[in-house]
Amino acid sequence: MSELAWLDAALTAARPQAVAALLRYFRNLELAEEAFQDACLRALKSWPDKGPPRDPAAWLILVGRNAALDGVRRRSRDAPLPPETVLSDLEDAEADMAERLDGGHYRDDVLRLLFICCHPDLPQIQQIALALRVVSGLTVTEIASAFLVGEAAMEQRITRAKRKVAAANVPFEAPGLVERAERLGCVAAMIYLVFNEGYSASGGEATLRAPLCEEAIRLARLLLRLFQTEPEVMGLLALMLLQHARAAARFDAAGEIVLLDDQDRSLWNDAMIAEGLALIDKAMRHRRPGPYQVQAAIAALHDRAARPEDTDWAEIDQLYATLERLTPSPVVTLNRAVAVNKVAGAGAALALLEPLGERLDGYFYFHGVRGQFLLQLGRAGQAREAFDRAIALANTPAEAAHIRMQLDRLADAASS
Amino acid sequence: MLYALLCYNDEKTVWSWSKEEEDACMARIGAVQEKLARAGKLGPVARLMPTTTATTLRKDQDPPLVIDGPFAETKEQLLGFYIVDCVDLDDAVGVAKELGKASPGGAYEIRPLAVFRPDEARVDVSSETPSGASAFAKASADLGDLSSEAPSGA
Repeated sequence: MSELAWLDAALTAARPQAVAALLRYFRNLELAEEAFQDACLRALKSWPDKGPPRDPAAWLILVGRNAALDGVRRRSRDAPLPPETVLSDLEDAEADMAERLDGGHYRDDVLRLLFICCHPDLPQIQQIALALRVVSGLTVTEIASAFLVGEAAMEQRITRAKRKVAAANVPFEAPGLVERAERLGCVAAMIYLVFNEGYSASGGEATLRAPLCEEAIRLARLLLRLFQTEPEVMGLLALMLLQHARAAARFDAAGEIVLLDDQDRSLWNDAMIAEGLALIDKAMRHRRPGPYQVQAAIAALHDRAARPEDTDWAEIDQLYATLERLTPSPVVTLNRAVAVNKVAGAGAALALLEPLGERLDGYFYFHGVRGQFLLQLGRAGQAREAFDRAIALANTPAEAAHIRMQLDRLADAASS
Repeated sequence: MLYALLCYNDEKTVWSWSKEEEDACMARIGAVQEKLARAGKLGPVARLMPTTTATTLRKDQDPPLVIDGPFAETKEQLLGFYIVDCVDLDDAVGVAKELGKASPGGAYEIRPLAVFRPDEARVDVSSETPSGASAFAKASADLGDLSSEAPSGA
């Protein structure tokens, strides 16, 4: 690895902690980011000669703070900057700073930094863009390309989001227990949004947006290192690893989505699956189930099946029932119906779907699944109606093609 | 003499490597390992999952306490280890230097082995999923049971 690549990784890794501490110090996001930038420039000059410091984050915080203070002073009375050697010779100060950072202070710092990105007044896209810019340190160009918009437009969105955040006045005192738990919940949801922005992409967009999945996983790792005993954070990281593990198998050569049953399972990432399983296993020992853990457990059951027919659908049905209780939603019930179909047959599955008709009437997947069940029950006429409705609602040509295939089968069956 | 080379590095940094850097690093380490293996010096090699997957059992009390996370919160984490067969410490330091050139940052702690019983191993270490599937199935059942006691609509 080149020296520059190593430096780059070290700066990226130290960024959330350093920016978060500088934010607490300056109470101003703009200033904190500038101070961090300054510190990075100095690191690029000093680390190659002197070797990297033992605690890069502490070094960057201290140098960033000094540099920003100098900037303020210089503007006020034109005092000369201290020579580079003074600023870089930080052995003692660094140890002192590192000690204070270990005091658990930085845990709330990083949580606060993540939390201000989740401000409820910000549209979800702005929340995500802000987190990727400020916490992950992605460039505006990188974020714009992941969101498939122009750079100027993305720059404007981020600027607007920052202004709103500055006006929001998130308190800088250490949060209380309840508030910390609430912040943690918001931040977890925001990280999962980042993941889904990447995961829900298809076609040519998928490659462009895949980095969002990796960044979300990195943020979840960061959050779990800070909150090591939170089963839902373990569940969130496990869920994303277990889903992202299938990335290489999820699209065909033409970039169209490949359904779980049809995926080449040898393309799944074993290391990610193993880590996801280890995490969900660890989370469940806490006996405090939550939606991320349950969804991760479902993903785990799919990932552990060597062939589609090995899938433990009875267990998946149980877990969806649990998820229905934790977070009732017609879409969860729809997913459960798919499992019930495998376990108890189309009749039982259809019975589960019927009460959802009104709420899911505009949902492509609902009519597709319903058509499938009706077909299995030999109710061809109703099945055709459901499939027609699904085609009208299809979001992509691939979805429509999939349903048309079912209709063709129906037609074949009718003519034979 | 058998030595353990315990690999310590900042896992935040290691996990921030790009895919290309990671692959390049693995290729370089692979080349060194192959050379060591040809020279008959290489024993078992293990790479650990990140410390977020770690659980610690404190057995200095009764009953023992099970805690999430690694034993020690340190700047650099134990990421894996090699067992190498070297004539003396100089030789072991040389091997560590060579591996170190292939993988930047962090440190190797070189510790002579007091006991080594590879022949007693009963685990098939070649199977790719270390976490036992049976243990998982049980945990999953636990979750189902428990949640049925949870208040509905929570």
